[in-house]
Amino acid sequence: MNVAVAKTGKGRAVSDLFTSAEARLPGSPDVIAVRREAFETYERLGLPHRRIEEWKYTDLRALVGEVLPLAASPDGAALKRAAEAVKAHAIAGASKLVLVDGVFAADLSDVKALATEAGFKTLREILDSEANPAASDLLQTVATDAVISLNAAMATDGVVVTIADGAQLSAPIQLIHVATATGASAFTRSHLRIGKGARATIVESFVAAGKTSGYHVNDAVVLWISDDADVAHIRLMDDAPDAVNITSQFVTVGANTKLNFFNMTTGAAVSRLQGFITLAGEGSELSANGVNLLQKTEHGDTTLVVDHAVPNCTSREIFRAVIDERAHSVFQGRIIVRPDAQKTDGKMMTRALLLSDEAEADNKPELEIFADDVSCGHGATAGALDESLLFYLKARGLPEKQAQALLIQAFVGEAIEQIADDGLREHVIGMAERWLERRS
Amino acid sequence: MALLEVKDLKVRVEEREILHGLTLTVNEGQVHAIMGPNGSGKSTLSHVIAGKPGYEVTGGQILFRGEDLLEMSPDVRAAKGVFLAFQYPVEIPGVATMTFLRTALNAQRKARGESEYSTPDFLKKVREVSKSLGIPQDMLKRGVNVGFSGGEKKRNEVLQMALFEPSLCILDEMDSGLDIDALRIAADGVNALRSPERAMVVITHYQRLLNYIVPDVVHVMSKGRVVKSGGKELALELEASGYAQFEDAA
Repeated sequence: MNVAVAKTGKGRAVSDLFTSAEARLPGSPDVIAVRREAFETYERLGLPHRRIEEWKYTDLRALVGEVLPLAASPDGAALKRAAEAVKAHAIAGASKLVLVDGVFAADLSDVKALATEAGFKTLREILDSEANPAASDLLQTVATDAVISLNAAMATDGVVVTIADGAQLSAPIQLIHVATATGASAFTRSHLRIGKGARATIVESFVAAGKTSGYHVNDAVVLWISDDADVAHIRLMDDAPDAVNITSQFVTVGANTKLNFFNMTTGAAVSRLQGFITLAGEGSELSANGVNLLQKTEHGDTTLVVDHAVPNCTSREIFRAVIDERAHSVFQGRIIVRPDAQKTDGKMMTRALLLSDEAEADNKPELEIFADDVSCGHGATAGALDESLLFYLKARGLPEKQAQALLIQAFVGEAIEQIADDGLREHVIGMAERWLERRS
Repeated sequence: MALLEVKDLKVRVEEREILHGLTLTVNEGQVHAIMGPNGSGKSTLSHVIAGKPGYEVTGGQILFRGEDLLEMSPDVRAAKGVFLAFQYPVEIPGVATMTFLRTALNAQRKARGESEYSTPDFLKKVREVSKSLGIPQDMLKRGVNVGFSGGEKKRNEVLQMALFEPSLCILDEMDSGLDIDALRIAADGVNALRSPERAMVVITHYQRLLNYIVPDVVHVMSKGRVVKSGGKELALELEASGYAQFEDAA
């Protein structure tokens, strides 16, 4: 097969896209130069496909095919529709930061309330600032990953939040991505910096306004956490059933810090969360958990690389996938233990529940251990609902679907229980219940 | 009309016939004991009445208040008033006992077109019943049967029986794995539920249980059939002479 020819078609489409979008992309000439470079990387690589090891199970050329044009900046009507979606998905008491079709919406956000507790700017204003020579650093990329390069080239906006040393945030910060533009792409990138000894909860929500459909989301998050911090990071991806969501996260954790991460996938036809978490300071504890709820022909991929770069850190990963009809779940979990990272304690457990004969689960755990005094392990299971449990529940009066729902809730419960905050946990349980009600 | 009529029931499991034409009639208010050696088909009968998958009914019928039970899914049978107390109640990690009890009770009530129990009424009722059965409140917060002792699991079955108020209770080997104290507590719970509107079918290998739950009628099962029926004295007779005498009769 002639790979070069196969790529040209896709490359040209995006080339046109970039040219037409360029005038709308924020940034000083330096920043634009960085974007061009990133875009050239993307053009050279094309969309990831199955012959690229990291994307073996999520072939974007086959699943997505083309990159949709950049969404227009939201007008008044779009913002009004977005406001309703924000209202429906807001977490009580949270400070909201809202991005609509990839553009920060100040009127829908709680910037004033947040300002008392954290520093805030939009990515757009920093990129546009001539006075900031380091602005282009905010678009750093990974030269081998096409979707991250594409994100750097096309990112229109994002939030840049700085939480000061010692700050104890009283309420969660909720970053809500709302899509209102059918058949268009939104590219966003956000930076969150959490100071020494700070305590914060960050929630990210991805939603569609009303019947918005067939859109693409390419998001990147750079989360930098200092020493002695305590952070909960929760991502709830509930995009429209025919949307595409590709998210890349780069997380750096300092010393003696606790990071509790949770991801839930309840939407999108094709999704991938790729997280790169580096434990860069000793004595830190990472708890990374997630639930993928997939139905119809949905494809949901969670790819997580946990890099133990220093000694004496702990990582725990609990992932659950519930796969109905002809859906396909992918979990790729890699734990890297660097030569110096002695006394590393890393455990990863992933379980898939297959609700139909055509459901598919791919599990790929990888341990790369270069130190000799470590405790690392992984486990993976895949199976159907236990018939004896189902019969017990039915014999007590629960109809088939309700009995299944109760057992599915129990199955995902172990991952959801890792969320420490009662209110957020209930919110997530509510989302899972709504997914169960949607099952046909 | 009889509450339960089993007529000439023939059942297969994986090509092997287990019940070869079993007939049994149970009226409201009665307690029937079904005794028999291992492999006589006692548990198969209880599973088929409750609707457990994996059994093929090849002949006969089961009528419950005159309705064809075999046409109903297990949840419909439960809502109609059929309750099977399991020999080995399953553990369901992640489903809190209290959640399970409320979900099941309300599902049954909904199926019957009744209003759902209000939370205070439900809690009051659960507290009353669990107290009388010696079930501590913290047990109800744990996963269904998770970490329960054999006696606690059986008491949990009796608790459900008391909450759901079925008209037919089938107790499958309730005495298995219980010491004498645990058995007495469970049996007291069952006896408290005896009423003129409710029938019970007590399946047991040993006569011992029938000292605590005294039956009106005793049936002896052997090789997939009822081979003898009589009063409670039949159980004592069996205790003295064993099942061997019925092996030939079957």
